[in-house]
Amino acid sequence: MMDKPWSNRAWFLVIPVLLVVLFSSLLPMMTVVNYSVQDTMGQNSFFWNGVAWFQNLLDPTSDMGGRFASALVRNLIFSLVVLLIELPLGIAVAICIPRHGWKVGATLVLIALPLLIPWTVVGTIWEIFARQDIGLFGAVVNGIGIHYNDTEDATSAWATIVVMDVWHWTGMIALLSYAGLKAIPDAFYQAARIDGASRWSVFRNIELPKLQKVLVIAILLRFMESFMIYTEPSVVTGGGPGEATSFLSLDLVKIALGQVDLGNAAAMSIVYYLITLTICWVFFTIMTQLDQRKGL
Amino acid sequence: MASITLDHIAHVYPGAASAAPHYALKPIDHVWRQGRAYALLGPSGCGKTTLLNIISGLVTPSEGRLLFDSQDVTNVSTEKRNIAQVFQFPVIYDTMTVAENLAFPLKNRRMDRGSIDRRVGEIADLLDLRPVLNRRARGLTADAKQKISLGRGLVRADVSAVLFDEPLTVIDPALKWELRSKLKAVHQALDMLMIYVTHDQVEALTFADEVVVMKDGAVLQIGTPADLFERPAHSFVGYFIGSPGMNFLPAVVSGSRAAVDTATFDLGMSYDIPASGKRVELGFRPDYATVLPTGDLPVRILKVEDLGRRRLARVALGAHEAVATLPPEVDLAQGEPGWLHVPPEHLHVFVDELRIEGRPA
Repeated sequence: MMDKPWSNRAWFLVIPVLLVVLFSSLLPMMTVVNYSVQDTMGQNSFFWNGVAWFQNLLDPTSDMGGRFASALVRNLIFSLVVLLIELPLGIAVAICIPRHGWKVGATLVLIALPLLIPWTVVGTIWEIFARQDIGLFGAVVNGIGIHYNDTEDATSAWATIVVMDVWHWTGMIALLSYAGLKAIPDAFYQAARIDGASRWSVFRNIELPKLQKVLVIAILLRFMESFMIYTEPSVVTGGGPGEATSFLSLDLVKIALGQVDLGNAAAMSIVYYLITLTICWVFFTIMTQLDQRKGL
Repeated sequence: MASITLDHIAHVYPGAASAAPHYALKPIDHVWRQGRAYALLGPSGCGKTTLLNIISGLVTPSEGRLLFDSQDVTNVSTEKRNIAQVFQFPVIYDTMTVAENLAFPLKNRRMDRGSIDRRVGEIADLLDLRPVLNRRARGLTADAKQKISLGRGLVRADVSAVLFDEPLTVIDPALKWELRSKLKAVHQALDMLMIYVTHDQVEALTFADEVVVMKDGAVLQIGTPADLFERPAHSFVGYFIGSPGMNFLPAVVSGSRAAVDTATFDLGMSYDIPASGKRVELGFRPDYATVLPTGDLPVRILKVEDLGRRRLARVALGAHEAVATLPPEVDLAQGEPGWLHVPPEHLHVFVDELRIEGRPA
């Protein structure tokens, strides 16, 4: 231990990675930071604006602040709703997937299909699917007497986006859970039979605890994905009707590219990014701590 | 509490070639008696675990009937069979404490709170789990976890049998001794029928009242440890039990004499070799054979192994080799000639791998 030669030259080996990170994420982000503290009168001339954009954004009574706050709330509700539906549904599907024989392959391919479809195509499929005149879904729902119009009615629009997301992503949770379930040795099920455990008890005391790690990953992935959702609602509802499905990313694009309001957009990007980062960090810390505490 | 009868039980796993059925377990008849400790001993893949799983109901036999006392349970589900089984790797319920783990089989059978607590306490004392009863089971060491598995197997007082499927595989050697003697003590205290699967002869011989030796899905011999050692019914038993295993030399047997090449052994008994017998072998244990400086069976010492407690000599008898004990007072070294002595009562004759009995000459 004491004679171990040591030198700091190895740090030079880290330089290539630092360079890649610098150009791929740090520099582009700094330009956004740059915009967020400046204002412009056009003609490409910028001047210092301090934290005014941020103050404006974080004040819910201001125009921009109110818009941001309601988009944020919408987004959080959306993430919560899809997680609450997709998580139990995905686990339930995983439990029903056969464990042996040709049916395994067939089922897995069927479940994975929605995952292989590009986002915009998913949006287009559901936009057409939901139409009241020619869409199978929209026409059938209206046909059985339920008023449904995703371009005029906020509830319909929300239902469409949520159902679409469930259709698109439950498969991923099912596949992850299936992999987790497959990793449980047979002896656990055999022991449970010998111990006279009920099916629910097997799920509660064997399957769910063994799935915990996989589910942490699934929750993280699904939360981030749903919190950043853009393409599908942009194609299906375009954020409407009114502002009903204007999630943060949709609103951000409107401000940045629609209104070319660079200062507001940059400040919003940064706050949006920090919120995502914080929530993921909190999530992860809680989950890993939970894991460790149980070990004691 | 019951005895378990295997009535012509056999098993072929589905998918095996049906033209000539390949038995994972060849037909077997046996009665496991209440209160006894049995060991199923044999090399990996010999059908021990299949037999165990048939008894517990995890596998339904393709032939034969299984009786608990006089009740046919061949098609009764595992849950309803009243069998406890402990597996090779520890199975614990992560979400529960040690006490809850032990109570689980009882709770599932709707026992009342007071009896559960009493029973869990007894088992915890028996296995020294008392200090960790309120800890979460998942953070414990592998051997503590296996103790919990053992405890869950033993906690039900009303089981017909407790089955162990190589339960000490993951335990480190120092603790193996302790747990094995603990199991032995538990068996004496609880008076249960226990069946213990292992490929380790020491484990089998120390644990069991009776040992069942299996190979290639067939039962070769059922007997007490002494039976297996003194009178192996099959040459595999002779070879598998004992360390080192029995010596086997091809021999020509006529009456009470056996000729191995030019050497002649006096058997003390007279043997009738059936005409159909193709391969006749003379078997004797290294433990009973000695190499001395004088005698009438000349051998050459190829190698002397000092095991500390005793010395073994590998000797050449004509073209054949055998292992014998070198008594402490004998001073013979590698390459020197010696004389082999085997008391007649420790010489066995095997015809086509099966031991045959002699009659007084």
